[in-house]
Amino acid sequence: MAKVVAVTGNEAVANALRQVNPDVCGIYPITPQTDMMQRYASFISNGKVDTEAILVESEHSSMSACIGASAAGGRVVTATSSQGLALMWEMLHIASGDRLPIIMPVVNRALSAPLNIHGDHSDAMGARDTGWIQIWSENGQEAYDNTIQAFRIGEHMDIRLPVMVCMDGFIISHSIERLEYLEDAAVKDFVGPFKNLFPLLDLEKPKSYGPLILTDLYHEYKRAQHEVMMKVKDVVLDVAKDFEKLSGRKYGLFEAYRLEDADIAVVILNSAAGTTKDVVDELRDKGVKAGLLKPRLFRPFPYEEMAEALKNTKAVCVMDRSDSFGGYGPLFMEVSSALYQMKNRPALINKIYGLGGRDYLPSHGEMVFNELAEIAAGGKIRACKEYIGVRE
Amino acid sequence: MSATLEIRWHGRGGQGTVTAAKVLADACLSGGRHVQAFPEYGPERAGAPLRAYNRVSSKELRMHCPVLNPDVVAVVDATLLDSINVAEGAREGAAFVVNTSRDPKEIRQKLKVGPSNKVYTVDATRIALDCFGRAMPNSPMLGALCKVTGLVSIEDLLEDVRKSFGKKFAQKVIDGNIEAARRGYEEVKEG
Repeated sequence: MAKVVAVTGNEAVANALRQVNPDVCGIYPITPQTDMMQRYASFISNGKVDTEAILVESEHSSMSACIGASAAGGRVVTATSSQGLALMWEMLHIASGDRLPIIMPVVNRALSAPLNIHGDHSDAMGARDTGWIQIWSENGQEAYDNTIQAFRIGEHMDIRLPVMVCMDGFIISHSIERLEYLEDAAVKDFVGPFKNLFPLLDLEKPKSYGPLILTDLYHEYKRAQHEVMMKVKDVVLDVAKDFEKLSGRKYGLFEAYRLEDADIAVVILNSAAGTTKDVVDELRDKGVKAGLLKPRLFRPFPYEEMAEALKNTKAVCVMDRSDSFGGYGPLFMEVSSALYQMKNRPALINKIYGLGGRDYLPSHGEMVFNELAEIAAGGKIRACKEYIGVRE
Repeated sequence: MSATLEIRWHGRGGQGTVTAAKVLADACLSGGRHVQAFPEYGPERAGAPLRAYNRVSSKELRMHCPVLNPDVVAVVDATLLDSINVAEGAREGAAFVVNTSRDPKEIRQKLKVGPSNKVYTVDATRIALDCFGRAMPNSPMLGALCKVTGLVSIEDLLEDVRKSFGKKFAQKVIDGNIEAARRGYEEVKEG
């Protein structure tokens, strides 16, 4: 039987990791993730898991330790946020290039400078091109469920790639919400035993990781990384199907909320998607055909599926909680690329919201939908990219 | 009150306000209800004004932003009434629960709220000092909120206080807090 609890996002994910009981965990504190690894360290100290903790002096070292442990043949996890993820940057590429299925919850937080500890997506968006699979979560339940599924996805024998599971710093990591834990045995059974592929500790068959490859084969190696990424979508959907049987909770590549017959729609990640769903319901009650699309799998990005889901809309706003200064928001760029391949496509605008934990309120969502309704009715786009919720 | 009940807590760092919101959320979990408890995170300093929030609903809670239009406003430190407008955004008919030794009628005047609003007072700091010798008003405030909102029975709330405090404190402190919560429940006054 599932157990209903009221816990924070950090506590939920720490529990998912406890239920999986990985071999090795790299631990280094950073707000707002600290509390998750602190809880996991307690599980280790109290004998709830037999994970070997590696306490390191930086996130760069943490990821390096994880890479070593994973190549040696272990099931490996760590967690981080913000500057920590930024400091890992070099090693993130090594983890994915060496095809090591390390699982890493990322508690999304703004990047310095100026120093800010609150939630936005700048950290994980900065890791977009590191070759990691990225799965995003609206709330504590999704972060818990996605963490469990991440092991099956990353460790799949056709995939063998590291996975980041993202959730919003503070808004989710430190908020208590009702969620359901699966049984320990059910999670263990779902994830299954870790299967090794080319472990360094198999001394009978010596092998080398990360050798020098110059102009002869590097190009092909990178194409192979892209090709394996293209297989991830199917695995994500297969794993989601199995997970639904276990939990009753349905997951896809993204969530389409009241989108089927929508004229106007918002594309938005994580916790703000929940707030926006309530706005969609209010608009629907007034007869406005509003809908929402919440991406779940960001890398690889489901371009065709998303274009298909948005094809009947007239105007769409992609909302980014991070920015590419001098460019568009990173989510906007993806959705824009997806829609460009269609002959008939909706008008598309980009709003930047909620940086450094600035509150995203229902009134912001309403404002965006009102603008979309005007555009859908033939109104002009006044600005393709705009900051909202700004103090003037 | 609507299907979703929204509570805004006003306190100062070090008074256990955030813990109170957490305990309330846990206690409200019964009966398949959905709950949220979250503080507003600023620099964590003892004595600094802070807010915390609860939502309790029979429906799934998807809203992830501060409570702007509370049904219940809990003021854990009455000195805040002089510096901030705790009534800001409060819904028509919202209830105010204030930790003070003063009369609810006097507090009503200070809050400048309309006739549809209910104003309650409880001398939570005095109760806390009586029961466990520390000016930590969160447990009696929880008892008072339990009475005012009717969200949970006092027995369920006390069980949750026992559970939440049991992890951290000695038996004497736990017993004192349980007694304090019960007295908060019994002594809260409407005016």
